[in-house]
Amino acid sequence: MKSLQDLEKKINSELTTKINNTEIKHNQIYIETDKEDIVDVAIFLKTNQDTKFRQLIDITVVDYPEQNQRFEVVYLFLSHEFNQRLIVKYSIAENEVIPSLTSIFPSANWMEREVFDMYGVSFKDHPDMRRILTDYGFEGHPLRKDFPLTGHSEVRYSEDQKKVISEPVKLEQNYRNFDYESPWEGTKYIKEEIENNDKKN
Amino acid sequence: MTKKIKNLNLNFGPQHPAAHGVLRLILELDGEVVEKADPHIGLLHRGTEKLIENKTYMQAVPYFDRLDYVAPMNQEHAFALAVEKILKIDVPIRAQYIRVIFCEIGRILSHILNVTTQALDVGALTPSLWGFEERETLMTFYERASGSRLHANYFRAGGVHQDLPKGLEEDIGKFCETFPKIINDLESLLTDNRIFKQRNVDIGVVTKEDALDYSFSGVMIRGSGVSWDLRKSQPYDCYESLDFKIPVGKNGDCYDRYLCRIEEMKESVSIIKQCLAKMEKGPIKSLDGKISPPPKAEIKQSMEALIHHFKLFTEGYRVPKDEIYTAVEAPKGEFGVYLISDGSSKPYKCKIRAPGFSHLQSMDYLIKGHMLADVPAVLGSLDIVFGEVDR
Repeated sequence: MKSLQDLEKKINSELTTKINNTEIKHNQIYIETDKEDIVDVAIFLKTNQDTKFRQLIDITVVDYPEQNQRFEVVYLFLSHEFNQRLIVKYSIAENEVIPSLTSIFPSANWMEREVFDMYGVSFKDHPDMRRILTDYGFEGHPLRKDFPLTGHSEVRYSEDQKKVISEPVKLEQNYRNFDYESPWEGTKYIKEEIENNDKKN
Repeated sequence: MTKKIKNLNLNFGPQHPAAHGVLRLILELDGEVVEKADPHIGLLHRGTEKLIENKTYMQAVPYFDRLDYVAPMNQEHAFALAVEKILKIDVPIRAQYIRVIFCEIGRILSHILNVTTQALDVGALTPSLWGFEERETLMTFYERASGSRLHANYFRAGGVHQDLPKGLEEDIGKFCETFPKIINDLESLLTDNRIFKQRNVDIGVVTKEDALDYSFSGVMIRGSGVSWDLRKSQPYDCYESLDFKIPVGKNGDCYDRYLCRIEEMKESVSIIKQCLAKMEKGPIKSLDGKISPPPKAEIKQSMEALIHHFKLFTEGYRVPKDEIYTAVEAPKGEFGVYLISDGSSKPYKCKIRAPGFSHLQSMDYLIKGHMLADVPAVLGSLDIVFGEVDR
């Protein structure tokens, strides 16, 4: 498809119920779907003559701990043929297992391993579900919002035991996250003036 | 009598000079033939994405230098572009030229390192000695512009940190005159070299289809004959106004990728020359005082500048709620930043898409059936830097 608008129409008409919402911004299409439909959507995007999203650029998860459906899974696609980018998303709860895309895109293998490592989201039918970036024997999922920045354990060489040991983090001073955000949002009359000017422009 | 033959498991790395960093590659060998390769990565994992979530947008920039540390400014560029697009601010034209010049210098830095160390891996010592001398010159350019040879921290949302010092433009111009000769010297050592060709031609062949399936980008996909370069297809900053060619390979083997890199260096020199010719005096960062910090001299005189300075370096600027994926053509391929802002002065999430990550994951597919001695040649041509693979 030449233009993003045509592509949006095409996707909506072909996938109808599988798509919950589409939006165009920043010259990219954002699509919302469901966990059950992601495989079908991915196959359609990859094989259809008018879309040809042949490359899976990345898979990631966004963590919103305060929401019921805690994780939002994000897939980034690229079509070389039509020079377009597309982002597919869906939300899942904490312990849900989601389908793997490795059979469609071989490159999904490590990306899904990274998601599992960083967020603890597991994939069904993944050929090799291991941790990838963290240390052997690491516990926890570092990119979750409730994982502390300093981590839980630290590693050092013990002179007594003559080996590298892992022990709970001891900090001389805790990590200090200063809140510099000013609650002051400007006086009301100036704010209104700015808003009015924005409307005029 | 039958003899039972067992495959040999070999640990390649993490402390092996040809592993280009801390890669632990577990190879299953049948004699000298590789049956299976299982790369273990993460030995350099520093939690960059987690750290960025806890820093303001300006404090996040130095982390990008530490990803692919042979071409630091290219990474900063991706982040700067992402923030600029969300903030909807324009970059002054001089800043765009400066950024493109330093991105191309980064490309030359990275390609020299890769081409010469790949030669070193297959047995040629001289190219690295010649190449590193040039890298030293380029890094002094980095130092003169930003104050640091490697970890520049130079690009900002809305421009660059400071203007180029006096005389730097001329010196970069002089370098552009002498450097093509060095490329020719390197080529005279390698391109027709019998040993170099024996070690690289028809090794690690990637077909067009597989290059797409394995999410390859940059030289890895161009070497296989796909003409795809983000500087051309999705131009950012002033690339649209520049005239340059995209070298494309034919066979998708290590040798074609080497040739692509050599040609790209020549194109980069031509891009730098064009930028130097077109560049004029002018502002080098956004004039919006709410985003760019004021000059030091102004702080002594102006109350408003002082307030801006204080707010920018404590709270930082706020970025409206939005999400965006922005990619640049880094020397190693598509380097992307998926940024989610929540209206505060810190990113809610910043996913970094490193090209080396998807290239390295195809190691098993690339090396299956090759000899053990081909492992360093293939690894070399993948152009892996662990700063970005492990993040």
